[in-house]
Amino acid sequence: MSSELTGTAALIRLALRRDRLLIPAWVGLSASMVWFSASATVDLYPNEAARIQAANMINSTASLVALYGPIYDPTSLGALSMTKMTAVYAALVSILMVTLVVRHTRAEEEAGRLELVGSGVVGRAAPMTAALLVVGGASAVLGLLAAAGLLAAGLPVAGSLLFGAGWAATGLCFSAVAAVAAQVTAGSRAANGLGFTVIAAAYAARAIGDLAEAGPGWLSWLSPIGWNQQIRAFAGDRWSVLMLPLAATALLMPVAFILRRRRDLGSGLLRDRPGPAAGALSSPIGLAWRLQRPLLVAWTVGSALMAFMMGSIANSISGLLDSPAMKDIIQQLGGEQRLTDAFLAAVLGLVSTIIAAYGISATTRLHTEEAGGHAESVLATAIPRMGWAASHWLFALTGVAWLMLVAGVATGAGHAIAIGDPSQVLVITVAALARIPAAWVMVSLVVAVWGLWPHATGVVWGAYAAFIVVGEFGRLWGVPPWVMDFSPFTHSPMLPGPEAQLWGMLWLTVVAGAFLAAGSAAFRHRDLAG
Amino acid sequence: MDAPSSKSPAVIDVVGLVKSFGRTKALNGLNLSVAQGEVHGFLGPNGAGKTTTLRLLLGLLRADAGEMRLLGGDPWTDAVDLHRRLAYVPGDVALWPNLSGGEVIDLLGRLRGGLDPQRRDNLLERFELDPTKKGRAYSKGNRQKVALVAALASDVELLLLDEPTLGLDPLMEAQFRDYINEVRGDGRTVLLSSHTLSEVEALCDRVTIIREGVVVETGTMAQLRHLARTAVSATLTTVPAGLADLPGVHDVVVQGQRISASVEAEGMPALMAALSAGGVATLTSAPPTLEELFLRHYREAQP
Repeated sequence: MSSELTGTAALIRLALRRDRLLIPAWVGLSASMVWFSASATVDLYPNEAARIQAANMINSTASLVALYGPIYDPTSLGALSMTKMTAVYAALVSILMVTLVVRHTRAEEEAGRLELVGSGVVGRAAPMTAALLVVGGASAVLGLLAAAGLLAAGLPVAGSLLFGAGWAATGLCFSAVAAVAAQVTAGSRAANGLGFTVIAAAYAARAIGDLAEAGPGWLSWLSPIGWNQQIRAFAGDRWSVLMLPLAATALLMPVAFILRRRRDLGSGLLRDRPGPAAGALSSPIGLAWRLQRPLLVAWTVGSALMAFMMGSIANSISGLLDSPAMKDIIQQLGGEQRLTDAFLAAVLGLVSTIIAAYGISATTRLHTEEAGGHAESVLATAIPRMGWAASHWLFALTGVAWLMLVAGVATGAGHAIAIGDPSQVLVITVAALARIPAAWVMVSLVVAVWGLWPHATGVVWGAYAAFIVVGEFGRLWGVPPWVMDFSPFTHSPMLPGPEAQLWGMLWLTVVAGAFLAAGSAAFRHRDLAG
Repeated sequence: MDAPSSKSPAVIDVVGLVKSFGRTKALNGLNLSVAQGEVHGFLGPNGAGKTTTLRLLLGLLRADAGEMRLLGGDPWTDAVDLHRRLAYVPGDVALWPNLSGGEVIDLLGRLRGGLDPQRRDNLLERFELDPTKKGRAYSKGNRQKVALVAALASDVELLLLDEPTLGLDPLMEAQFRDYINEVRGDGRTVLLSSHTLSEVEALCDRVTIIREGVVVETGTMAQLRHLARTAVSATLTTVPAGLADLPGVHDVVVQGQRISASVEAEGMPALMAALSAGGVATLTSAPPTLEELFLRHYREAQP
């Protein structure tokens, strides 16, 4: 066994060298978000009455329960301040861990670098062991820093430590999931896709489970993200629940190693079938479609399911608020219809933000095709630079519009079935289409950055993360409005609803056009990056 | 030495080409002239600027200074029209992992404006390439074959080949040489960058050798051979003194009755006279190879 692990230490150093910026940046950012949220909540809700009111508000709003999970102890300051951190950010932490594991296992194998490493004095199990130790270490450090942030904000010691332990255990659990995914699939894209699908399924399962009235409660107990909630940091501190993610990790990791031992380098569990001897592809857009189709299909299915679920619970919100005081508030807000509208608008805003991530990843293909030498092959033929570039960004723009259409129809269908009013499908679909320009701005921002500085294309993900953080926490942290206005998602019309500002759509489209023009012009005049 | 064969019009005409990447100067005033119908060898050590030159000729990179004409057009502004008339095999062939070899060949052919299906099938057979495999499943040599078939199956005037036989086995290399000779017979032009000197010697009409972004030698094979030294060894009855002082005679080694030396073309008459005076028992003379010329220029690169 020991020879299987030879070289692990050297590979750990290699991984740390490659990620010396990525891991500290992500871990640091996530931990500081915990600290920000905790200290902002402490200032915002100084007395227990205010906290109970806020917690009850969240617990009685189905959409918020679906999104963030319930608050198990309304009197607890810690539970309230970590509302968004327990499910949503545990999912983001999981995405980071999956990405890291795949980056150091399957992606290395696909690039042929693992072959180079494997030919050295390196045991067969060493690369994956090194990847898991690095990612496990990152999870542990993240957990410790998160606990430190909570302590610094003045929250109880036990809860703070447990919260950090919960994040670390969730991260570990999903790094084990990613290790298995990397063995089952035959490429890093597919491995990431499978890992993200498991995260999405875990998130959705706990959302359904948490809405006990609307679904079976035991579903939360099947989900690692559900476990992270059931730990109930600051609201009962159930340390024993930590056993669940740790047991899952202990179960999945050996599976990954056994699968790895049983397959050849470069293969997955599924063998490659032979392709056609002659091809029908004859244009750049055909090639883009061929390359990007699997991702779009997966997103179409995912968006439709998520949107349908959100649409079907929209109506139950006002019903859950049955205290007289809440009824008054609802009347002041403009009645139950207004509340449902506001919820649907919030759902569509969330959906458009998520679909923008698809747009960014589809457009980033321009950079990966260029860096991988594929653009060189295509541009050495009689295809103009603009024709090739447009094939990918047009695909991304169309893909984003298509996904918003699917999400709109699905949300509308879910809501229409729930209230028995078919006309809602059209109303909500139109509302969803109004969100397209904001996602287009993200697509065209990728084109602009890539055209000007091809190696900096990934920076757009940073901007995207910043827009999400500002959108989610900006008001809580008292961020000035002009900063929040940088985010394109701020300018989407709040449809459905009577007071929507439609000017935003026009401006967003103009900005998107300007970014596209700038990126295209820059690409036309620069060297192809090798 | 720089005189190009001016019989036929130049397909590639490059003068004073300069290209820098940041602080690194990849090309530093490169001149290159390739006449129509010739197979032109483009030789140089790693990092000499061969691939950079080809990418500039394809309009994938933009020149900092210098003049370039390709098939009578400007490689940067007329890229699309020019690319219809040429085919390119990159040095580092990147295939899409989930597309089959056949799909890539047909796609690249169509993007260039069409390919000859008969020639495609013929090439697949000659190179013994299975077109149904996915890109990720091909070995390095087979990836190279996919790129070669994609380029050679098109009926184009000019082939730009960047180390095209890298990774091919000797049988496939022979197939490649046969094919290039057929291409030459059709009157098409080939610019072939290579490390493999035997390949260049066997195929090329003219050769350009570059180092650190400038041309160090260019000419026909005969001209270049003339520049290289002939290896002479002889057994003599008496070894005359002062052989090493003869002009154009180098590396003289005397072991008893036997001497060996390398001799420039100009030094040959004087050496022969001196050797005859010593009474020649045996004499061997190896013709200069491009390899020696190449190695000499390589060595000069080192301090």
